Formats: sequence, structure tokens, C-alpha cells
Amino acid sequence: MSQTITLKIDGVEIKAQPGQKVIEAADAAGVYIPRLCHKPGLEPFGSCRLCTVLANGRPCSACTTPVVEGMVVENETESLQNFRKQIIEMLFVEGNHFCMFCEKSGNCELQAVAYRFGITAPTFPYQWPHREVDASHPDILIDHNRCILCGRCVRTSRDLDGKHVFDFVGRGCEKKIGVNADSRLADTNADISDQALDACPVGALLRKQTAYQTPIGQRLYDLEPIGSEIESTGNTN
Amino acid sequence: MTKPSEAVARQACQDVNLDPTRLLDVLHIVQKECRCVDDSAIDAIAAEMGIPRVRVDGAVTFYTFFTKEPVGQITIRLSSDIIDRLQGAQEVADALTDELGIDFGQITADGLFSLHWTSCIGMSDQAPAALVGDTMVTHLTAETARLMVRSLREHKHPPKLVQELGDGKNAHPLVHTMVKNNIRQPGSIIFGPINRGEAIRKALGMTPVEVIRAMKTSRLRGRGGAGFPAGLKWEFTRAATGDRKYIICNADEGEPGTFKDRVLLTELPDRIFAGMTIAGYAIGAQEGIVYLRGEYAYLKPYLEEVLAQRRVEGWLGQDIAGKQGYHFDIRIQLGAGAYICGEETSLISSLEGTRGDPKNRPPFPAQHGYLGYPTVVNNCETLCCVTKILENGAATFSEFGTEQSSGTKLLSISGDCTAPGIYEVEFGVSLQKVLEMAGATQVQAVQVGGPSGQLIGPDQFDRVLCFDDLATGGSIMIFDQSRKILDIVHAFMEFFVEESCGYCTPCRVGNVLLKEGLQRVLDGRGEPADLEQFEQVGAMMKACSRCGLGQTSWRPVVTSLQSFRDQYESRVADDPDGFRRSFDLKKAVATAEKITGRKSVHA
Amino acid sequence: MPATKPRIATTSLAGCFGCHMSLLDIDERILQLAELVDFDKSPIDDYKQFTQHCAVGLIEGGCCNEENVAVLRDFRTHCDVLVSIGDCATMGGIPALRNMVTIEECMQEAYVSGPSVYNPSGKVPDNPEVPLLLDKVYPAHEVVKIDYHLPGCPPPADTLFAALVALLSDEPIKLPYQLIKYD
Repeated sequence: MSQTITLKIDGVEIKAQPGQKVIEAADAAGVYIPRLCHKPGLEPFGSCRLCTVLANGRPCSACTTPVVEGMVVENETESLQNFRKQIIEMLFVEGNHFCMFCEKSGNCELQAVAYRFGITAPTFPYQWPHREVDASHPDILIDHNRCILCGRCVRTSRDLDGKHVFDFVGRGCEKKIGVNADSRLADTNADISDQALDACPVGALLRKQTAYQTPIGQRLYDLEPIGSEIESTGNTN
Repeated sequence: MTKPSEAVARQACQDVNLDPTRLLDVLHIVQKECRCVDDSAIDAIAAEMGIPRVRVDGAVTFYTFFTKEPVGQITIRLSSDIIDRLQGAQEVADALTDELGIDFGQITADGLFSLHWTSCIGMSDQAPAALVGDTMVTHLTAETARLMVRSLREHKHPPKLVQELGDGKNAHPLVHTMVKNNIRQPGSIIFGPINRGEAIRKALGMTPVEVIRAMKTSRLRGRGGAGFPAGLKWEFTRAATGDRKYIICNADEGEPGTFKDRVLLTELPDRIFAGMTIAGYAIGAQEGIVYLRGEYAYLKPYLEEVLAQRRVEGWLGQDIAGKQGYHFDIRIQLGAGAYICGEETSLISSLEGTRGDPKNRPPFPAQHGYLGYPTVVNNCETLCCVTKILENGAATFSEFGTEQSSGTKLLSISGDCTAPGIYEVEFGVSLQKVLEMAGATQVQAVQVGGPSGQLIGPDQFDRVLCFDDLATGGSIMIFDQSRKILDIVHAFMEFFVEESCGYCTPCRVGNVLLKEGLQRVLDGRGEPADLEQFEQVGAMMKACSRCGLGQTSWRPVVTSLQSFRDQYESRVADDPDGFRRSFDLKKAVATAEKITGRKSVHA
Repeated sequence: MPATKPRIATTSLAGCFGCHMSLLDIDERILQLAELVDFDKSPIDDYKQFTQHCAVGLIEGGCCNEENVAVLRDFRTHCDVLVSIGDCATMGGIPALRNMVTIEECMQEAYVSGPSVYNPSGKVPDNPEVPLLLDKVYPAHEVVKIDYHLPGCPPPADTLFAALVALLSDEPIKLPYQLIKYD
């Protein structure tokens, strides 16, 4: 039997397994730490920074920081919530997110965290960047307007699909998802059955002709905030 | 004409034995020979090395010095740093665009020239400066810039621009540059007397643990800026398990206003290499790598020569200095124009032949560094200190400086002063004293530690330079009373927007928003709420950014807001009618007015 | 009961009137609303100008032309509280799809080269009556200060009604999770 680790999140003691990241331990214990780039089963990435917590007083991303015995984690503090709100707003104004017609609306994790934080409009000015849409592939669409650069497609394609269809190109605010071909997704070996397509938290990577099938009211985040699933199923052993 | 990029790329891959970690070397060759790394080169490299092409594409598009579109046979990269700008870079730029008939970012019709802005090239004490091909051209004026273009048109050979050679090793045939050292105040540690070989001999006479103990006794802290205790870093790396270990010299000084490592690399490379050899012995490494910033490519042939000489003399290679079983060698990796690569984990990513993205920590490089092996990354100046500590003893070293900051510090002083250049000062010296040394009068503000440091006013000039008060990697930029603080801050934010790697949200977006917000204030369109938001964004970036870049890049705005609040407040106001001052109706209808030929009835 | 009821004004700028439709979707509760308020400038009563100062102004749509700006500023001047209703007002919405192209391209596509355009003159129509377009579509809060935002395309009738009742009773707007949506 492996030794368990005890740590505290917002004053509540939880048990964790050695090697777990803080976010994994929190999930298992029914404590939701907001996140976008983290996805169970993928290599920790730490790009969105939404899961920033204080671990023993120092800020760090919960998705990349391993648990340590006696660790004291602060999660829902006023300042951290304020930081997270800023990050969510930044992701909204940085891209072009047209929720009103987006195929992913209702099932979109970016939108869902914004709902959870009660954001009604961003306080930062919109950037309206000029970004491309790649509809070359018969079954798959990439809309860079909606991409939040979380790298979930990159990691899934590389590590689970074994394909490396996607990776990052460019730097800074020019950074974007590139495909493993001269320019078009159609020229890669991307396939409709790729798990990478399910990894996208937003509407940047979509299977064509599958949209709007779930009625409003029955989509993932229509009735309950994102994170409820963790908060309701976790056990604090 | 240029060679077919595919063939060049394939040959370059063969030259590095198809080792993907040497991707940067391959890209340098292709860029040089083909003036770009185009899609067919990318395809060829990917095929030859057996790596996904998008990975190659990702690396090409990460580094400023690699381009997918062709650049000129001669690239002119003018330093956009604030010091260069305040000393006339814009006039130089105007002369260049006029003389060449192209804008920045363009290439002349004959393909001979292309013109680019580039982040600080480490010549702030001899600004304005430009990188022409690999040749440094300093002290430019509008007139000399025109003459430069005219002579290049004739001989097409940038090294021929060097007529008057710089001092010291700048005049060495392999360096052959007009760059000057400007060593204004040599101190007794870094620039103290040299007893060649002594440090290594002493180190090899000790056990590695004793060498580390000496480092700890000296209380040496990293000179790059962060100030982590060097002995502790070595101890962690020595203790970490790994089949191999690495010592890396960070020679990627990119913090605007810093140029001290350039002088060390020019004048004291032996001390840097000796420091690496000693570190290698202490941590159990057999290989050292110098990550040399791409801007300093002109120093590479000379540094290679110094390394070759050290091999001949037995200071590198097998059984060093006669010590049976201690083998150690050093290679140089050339960077390619990315400030972020000065951050140690980004530097490691870059050395591994990928985009220079920072890595998640933990694990720290001491446990899991270059290629996953325990790795020490030390700054050039730190390594010089190492050599000196072994040479003269830890106690002698720690007599200098303060309790928490032992030894001396090299300062790169630039801006409004009579004697810009390199100063070796004891830690604990007051900023006031430093300003006097440099001959700075009528000082309005000093940027200590480069853009990621802090901007302070005269009321704080009695503060002292050390890790506990005014920490600095060495950059001291002086601004007199004629300078506009907000313009300076804006230039710094432009720099960070340009240099953010884009990996994490706070830094990728935060810098852009701060820069734009500052622009609103400069345009007289800011509101008091903007200032509040600057502070909030700064606090968020500090806590949430993934690496040191974003954790500090908000500081130009927030520290200047603290020190020079009146300059901000005099420019912001609330509109009495509740209209947003940031919205400019005149500007918003300008295009439509032009198209229709009508005037707005509301603007 | 106060002698005069608070007044409310509404407008649709660069919007589709969908948010106004949603307001009408409060069904019989409109009687309740009529008890609480009098309408001033609004398409609902077709008042073209403000007659008095208003307690609340509801803004549908962002600003795509100079007239939108003038109307929005007029609302700011005449209303104590401004509420952006709908995605167009809060984030630009569908009209803002043109923000990724230049005005020239946009007009060319709309009036000359679009696949379904019939325009033998080959010219972009222009008339002094037509307000000049702005360089891009702005959400309302980038033009004037907005006090509350109610996103949605459109915001549900329940959201609008609950928010209005709260505002008119001087209570903070607190909406349940299900009522704040961006679609």
C-alpha cells in the first residue's frame, strides 16, 4: 500500500497519493480548482494559469505542482478569484468568441468558467484579432478565432493519438496552433476519430456536421456550473 | 542567387548527425545560406531528422533570427531599445528607410538589403547601434547610417564596415569589431589580476564536496538577477541522480541595458570557461555548454579559438590538468534572437532544439534539466566569480559586499551620463554613488535591473545595490530631466509584448493590455480606473505568470506608477457625462469619411 | 405610492430587436411592469426623443455607426442607470463579425462583389441620410459607462424582468446561474 499524503485546501484536510498534482488531489477530494488547459490523462501543461493557487504561501499552478506532505493550499481566496476572473476575461478579449452562434456554446469550458465566475462583460477592451479558419478537412474544422492555446489538442494528438497533427507556431500574441503540413489540416493525417478533437475545451476544433444536436437546457453547463461534477462526486475521505 | 533550400537543409542535418537537439544549428545554416527557412527547407529538415514538420515550423517561427520569408543578403537590424531611441535611433531609422527606399520589415527590390527593428543588442553604452549581418555597428548617426548603406552597396560585405577597431580583444583578428569595452571602473574581483590555471589546479586538488563548500562559504549568489545561492544550486545538482550532468553558461544577456557579459566574453572568456570546468568537476559533469545569444555571433569564432587553445593546454579534454579521470569539454550553442531564452528553463528548451518555451517547475533543472539530466545554469559573471573564489579563497571573496550579497557586481551603465560603460562595484554601494561615478547629473529617474527591474526617482537614490534592496542583473539606465517617463515605460512594454513567448495567458495578454492602456493614458484618453486596473493586472501577472518574464514584465508600469504617479494622474480624468474617454469618435469615423467624402454629423 | 413612476427608456442600436422581443416575452408580466414604470424614449411606445430624465435605460446592440454613438450618449446623459442587454451590446455580437475585415472590404462584399448581390452600378451606395460607419463595431461599454450587463442572445425574458424589478426596487441584481448565458 502506498503511503498517503495529507494536505489542506482552504483549511480542509484532504488525503492525496504521492506523485499526484495538487489539482488531481483536489478533484479526488471533491474540491474544484478552476482550470482550462488541464485535462486528466494528458501531460500537465500549465498554460492557462486559471488553476493558480497558493501552496505554502507561494503562487503556483495546481495542475503542475506535486502534492507534498503538510502542504497548505489556498484556493478560493478573494485575490485568487479576482486573478482568475482577469485571466478568463483576457482569454475572451484576446480572441473572437462569438458565443451566440458557436457550435460549442453550452458545452464550452471557457464559457462555463466565465458563467461560474458570474462574468457578464469583460472589463478589458476587445482586441478583435484577425485570425484564420481552416475548413480544408472534409470532417474537421479549425477556427483559430476561438482558440485559447491550451495545447490540449497538441498533447492528445501527440501522446494519445500518436500522430502529432498539431503543435504551436509563432511567438507571443502571434502564437497559434499549427498543423503538421505546409498549411492545411486536409494535408495531415488528422481523422474524424482522433481523440484530439474531443480535447478542445472551446469551439476551435470541431467535427463538422455534428453541431447543435443537444437542445438548449440539456447541454453540459446550462443548468449547473462547471466544477459541480467534481464538487458533488468527490469524497473528502 | 541563393541555393535550393532543400539541399542546404539536408546537408545541414547531416552535418549535425541528424541530431534533433541541434535543430538551431541547422536552422542557422539554412537561414544564412538561403536567407530564410522556407517550407521546403522545413519539409526537408523534418524528413531528414524524422521529426514532425510542425515541430520544425514551431521552432522557426519562435526565433526572431529565423524567417520563413526571405530577408536581404544583408540584414540591418537596428536596436529598438529605449537607450538607442533616446540617443537618436529614430533619426537613424529615418535615414535608413530613406536611403534604402524601404520600410522596416521590408526587403529591397534587388534583394540586397532588408531592414528590421530588433530588441536591445547589448550596445547601450555605444548607442544607437545596429547588427548588420553579424557585424556590430555602433554610435550610428543619420549621416553614418547613409554612408554605411552606400559602402555596403559597393562591397556587400558587412565586416568591411569596421574601420576603427575597438579596444582590447575587440581588435583580435577573430573578433574584429568596432565595439568598445568601456571598462570605466575595474574592481578587484572580476577584473582583478589573473593567475591563469590557478583556480582549476586548486579545485582539482580538492574533493568536489570541498569545492561546493567553498562556494557556500563565499556566499556567492547568481549574477543573472535572481540571486540564487550558487553553492546550493551545485549541491542540489551533485546530489541529484543522473547518468550525466551538465553545466551551462548563460551567455544570453538580453535584459535591455545589459552588456557586461559581452565584455566578459570578450576579455575574460578563460575565466568563464575555467568557472565551468570547476563547476563541472564539482557537480560531476563532463560536458559544458555556452548558450551564446545570437546577437553576439561575432564573438563565436574567437571563443571557439579560446576553447581550442584550452584543449591544447590541457584545461579541457581528457584528464584535465593531469587529474586522472576528470574529463570535461565545452561547446557553444548560438541562440537566435529570443529574450525569453535568458530564462534558464527556456534556455534549456532552446538547447534541446525546440521552441524556447520555459518549462514547468518543479522539477527544477538541478533535478531534471538539459535532456532530462541534472543541470546547473550559471551566468557568465557568476562563473567568473567562481574562478576568482577558487583562486583567492572564499573568505577573501566574501570580504567584499554585504552579509547577504557578497562580492562585487558588474554594472552596465547607460543613458544620460558622461561615462556609460562597465563598472565593477562592491555590493552595498548606493545608487547615488553609482550615478556620481558615471557622471550623471539632473537625473530624473533610473531604471535599475532593466525593464523587469524598477524605475525609481531621486527620493530613492540613497538605496543600495544588493539582493535585499535594489537587486539588479547589472542594467542601470539613467534618464535625465528632459526625458518623458511614460514614453520610456511604453518602450519597455513594447519590448515585453515583442518578447513574451505566448505560452501562458497572463503574460501573453497582460503585456498587450498594459501597453495599450498606457497608450490610452499617453493619448490623454485614460481614466482613473485605468490606473487601478494597471495595478490589478500587475498583481495578477506577478502571481499567475508561468516564468520570470511575466512575473516581472508589469513592473515598468506599476513601479513608475508608484514613483511618478503625478505623471499618470495629470493625464487621466473621468468624463463628466459618463462617456468613455478611450472612445475617439473622430478617429472611428475617419475611414468612412474618406470613403464617402462626407463629414460626420456627430464627430 | 409615489406621485410619478420612474421612467424607463430603451433602444436598439446595432442589434436585431431580438432583445426587445425578449422583453415582450415577459408576457402578462408586462402589466406588472407597467404598474412600476412609465416608458419614455423607446420603440415600445415609439417616443423618438427623451421627454424627461429616466431612471433606467436599456441598451440593445453595440455601436456600428455615428448615429448609434449619438443615441447611446443621449441615453447616458438622460438615464441614471444604463443596462447593456444582449451580446451585441455587451460584446459586439453578430455585427462585430465585420471587425475582422476593413470597412472597404466589408462594403465591397455587401454591395458589390457578394455572391447574392445584384448591383449593376457596381458602386457602394451612399446617401447623406445614411450614418457613417465606425471603423469597427464597439460594445456599448467601450463608448459610454455602462452600469450593468445582461448578456444573452437574447437574454431570457426572465433575466430581463428579474433585473428590471431589482433595479426599480433599488436592490442589487442577483440572478440565478441559469439566467446568465451568452447564447
